[in-house]
Amino acid sequence: MLTKKQLFTRGMLDISPHMLSVIPFGIICGAIGVELGFHPYLVYAMSFIIFGGASQIVFLQLLSGGASSLVAVASVGIINSRHLLYGAVLSEYLEKLSFIKKLLISYVVVDQGFAESNKFFKKNRSEEFLHYHLIGTGCTMWVCWQIATLSGIVLGSFVPEELGLKFAIPLTFIAIVVQDLKKLDHVIVMITCGLSSLLFFDAPFKSYIIISPVIALFVAALLLRLKK
Amino acid sequence: MTLTAIIFAGILTYFTRMTMIALISRDMLGDKIKAVLEYVPSAVFPAIIFPGIFINDFGTFIEMNDPKIFGALVAVIVGYFSKNIIATISAGLVSYWFLIFVVFN
Repeated sequence: MLTKKQLFTRGMLDISPHMLSVIPFGIICGAIGVELGFHPYLVYAMSFIIFGGASQIVFLQLLSGGASSLVAVASVGIINSRHLLYGAVLSEYLEKLSFIKKLLISYVVVDQGFAESNKFFKKNRSEEFLHYHLIGTGCTMWVCWQIATLSGIVLGSFVPEELGLKFAIPLTFIAIVVQDLKKLDHVIVMITCGLSSLLFFDAPFKSYIIISPVIALFVAALLLRLKK
Repeated sequence: MTLTAIIFAGILTYFTRMTMIALISRDMLGDKIKAVLEYVPSAVFPAIIFPGIFINDFGTFIEMNDPKIFGALVAVIVGYFSKNIIATISAGLVSYWFLIFVVFN
């Protein structure tokens, strides 16, 4: 049995390699917000209140492009609706927690944290304090995101644009799914999702980000039926 | 005004995180759904990966000889064999930089 502290540390270690892409991206997000003409306090408030990577940029871009607040808020909601899927997966492991703890832990569920903690959970089902791993990944992400966006806001885009560091984001997610390329069913699901995301890229409110996973999960359900 | 919108967007985002964890009990999901949920990472992350590679900042498709495609392929190969996140990201970035700064320059 691992202690709470060991699990928390393990979570921190498991997510820390992703900071290689998260920190430059956070700096870019902070800098873009200020460049678009928003008050630095507002740009930072988003990192604290929304705490949701790309959705923060989309929100500001829509507002500065003249879209109504309603459209901007709806887009953030749709982009972040993928968390519903993460929650559905994680709920199995967080079942025993009290309602209050569930409410608190929910705030730090992010893409990379979900991915790494889910991998850990699958291999260590019997651990008693599993959720400390998720707290470890989530808190690491939270602290780095606050510092990165804040430095982008204060120092401007000191990351040279020519480096194209936004490209690190797809790379970080490649690192997450690449081992599943060994399984044909997963490859089919991934290609379905990827192609759908390109096909529906222009769908309103950035909804491709939830439409394509739903299509891919339907394909996954079909594959499961064929397997039997 | 903008702050109000941010707060609403934040509440909405928090609900997407909290709903399935706190309000839905695991028993409400059947075995079939649980089996499908195994595929969530493979079904979600390509929706971030593919547009990040194949669509540029202006929302249009990139050319087939774009350095990002090469960088992504290198990342997939290095990631597959190294099983190392830092190696995957660095290999993708370095090969991308090699193309844009050395080859195409």
